[in-house]
Amino acid sequence: MTTIAPPVVRTKEPTRSSGGRSGSVVWMALPAFLWFIAFGIVPLLGVLWLSFTTWNGIGEIVPSGLDSWKATLQDPKLPHAIWVTFVIMALSWAVQTPMSILIGVFIAARKRYREFLAVLFFIPLLLSSAAIAITYKSLLDPSFGLGSGLGIEALNQDWLGNSTLAMATLIFIVSWQFIPFHSLIYQGAVRQIPTSMYEAAQIDGAGRWKQFWSITLPQLKYTIITSSTLMVVGSLTFFDLIYVLTAGGPGDATRALALLMYQQGFQANLMGPASAIAVILVLVGLGLSLLLRRLGGRSDDSQLEGA
Amino acid sequence: MTRHSPSPTVSGTPDSRRRHRAMSYNWLGGGLSWVWLFIVMLPIYWIVITSFKTQDNYFFTNPLVPSSDLTFENYKTVIENDFVRYFFNSVVVTLGAVLPAVLISFMAAYAIVRGSASRLLRGMNWIFLMGLAIPLQAVIIPVYLIIIRLKMYDTLAAIILPSIAFAIPLSVLVLSNFIRDVPKELFESMRMDGASEWGTMWRLAFPLTRPALVTVLIYNALGIWNGFLLPLVLTQSPEQRTIPLALTAFQGQFGVNIPAIAASVTLTTLPIVLLYAIGRRQLLSGLTAGFGK
Repeated sequence: MTTIAPPVVRTKEPTRSSGGRSGSVVWMALPAFLWFIAFGIVPLLGVLWLSFTTWNGIGEIVPSGLDSWKATLQDPKLPHAIWVTFVIMALSWAVQTPMSILIGVFIAARKRYREFLAVLFFIPLLLSSAAIAITYKSLLDPSFGLGSGLGIEALNQDWLGNSTLAMATLIFIVSWQFIPFHSLIYQGAVRQIPTSMYEAAQIDGAGRWKQFWSITLPQLKYTIITSSTLMVVGSLTFFDLIYVLTAGGPGDATRALALLMYQQGFQANLMGPASAIAVILVLVGLGLSLLLRRLGGRSDDSQLEGA
Repeated sequence: MTRHSPSPTVSGTPDSRRRHRAMSYNWLGGGLSWVWLFIVMLPIYWIVITSFKTQDNYFFTNPLVPSSDLTFENYKTVIENDFVRYFFNSVVVTLGAVLPAVLISFMAAYAIVRGSASRLLRGMNWIFLMGLAIPLQAVIIPVYLIIIRLKMYDTLAAIILPSIAFAIPLSVLVLSNFIRDVPKELFESMRMDGASEWGTMWRLAFPLTRPALVTVLIYNALGIWNGFLLPLVLTQSPEQRTIPLALTAFQGQFGVNIPAIAASVTLTTLPIVLLYAIGRRQLLSGLTAGFGK
């Protein structure tokens, strides 16, 4: 998204067609706009409103001031869920980013078999999180899974029954699911680095490793930020995978924010506190994207277009 | 959005080829890529071969070796358990959401590019961009409330309506970036010929945007086909199950019958893999163009 026309034309150009005739195109944007307002923006405001009410999901919605917020903020489940979310976010980022960059650089080379790798790498992205969770649940089952079938002791752990192992397994499955995607992002970005930069470095006698550190990595800066934003903000919303894989367990070892919200709202029928958690989720997500954008040091428009 | 990357099979300019020949092999990246490929393929391989084993066979054979006598028994079990209905539900939800979503997103994208002088359209575009940051999970409770109030709870339409909305922001972004690349002169000449904006949209922008439309179509279809939260929250009866929910139901139902579970996973994934095989090039180049830089 580098070279195109400036995103917004601010100068007045009365002779251009768009100036005098824009009235005739506005209505074309209305269906999408109204639909998005109805099912995107209204719910966003609605969740804030619901966080100041008491509602069991079926009956009357009763305004109740700060009750839901007090209940949520005093609930020890909240800090734990925030911690779990943070651990998932940090570890999955730390595992995925270096691997995605290295794989991305490798498959960026224009060779047939590496193109083929890229094709196969796309497959995990096609599967639903439910299918992935069920596959791994069966695969890792201590009595019926791969470990017991092969008779390899080290593989035959209670992968999802032990708190630490369950978290590690979750991080692994997240990486399994998303490293290929981020590798493809890096592949695209590496291909945009001008070949002349490498040629100049080669004339200077820089080896592959030196070139990687002094050309590839700095050139990937914005891609790293885009990819990290997707990873970090995306990890806030892991729900399907955890819901099917561990349902937050064992105990509450993998109960992240999104899952806590679902359980409070749709299982404990406490829609008010669940809405408060949802608001926290939105705020954390927004805060993190702004933070990462600041790290990137780009203007609002271009960063959003890159996201 | 630069449509830089040529189609994946083009093997590069002479320049880049020379560069790679001169360099030593990238052992670290190469090793890692092959190891990761193995890790990616292993569960997929396992689930496919397991789906063709009988339950007895499964317990007594090496889990990584395909069974010598293939059985389709597991697939029969899955199909007999209402698979066709779930599949049909997923098709209805996916098509019912993706087609209108892409259509109205295309219209909005066209308006945003053509009417970029209009303050109103700039505002709408800004809201769509902000919309990219709204996670579905965070607004699921009000969406649930709206669906109850519309008396649509436990219908397929309940899944379709919000699915359309959440497909809009990214579709508008990708499509408007493509339309923006259409040379201004083409629009001008359409105008000279007396074409209306409506006509210009369909006769000029639509054909030129086709690659982006296909990308957006496949991308959204994938997300909706695999969607879990909306069906989970907005439906309850087995008749309205879509495929991902059905999978979890199968898992509960089949218990330790791992081959049957494997067959259900394989069967539900097959249609998307076929779709991918058909639209792969579009999707890959579209995504790398969209996220590249």
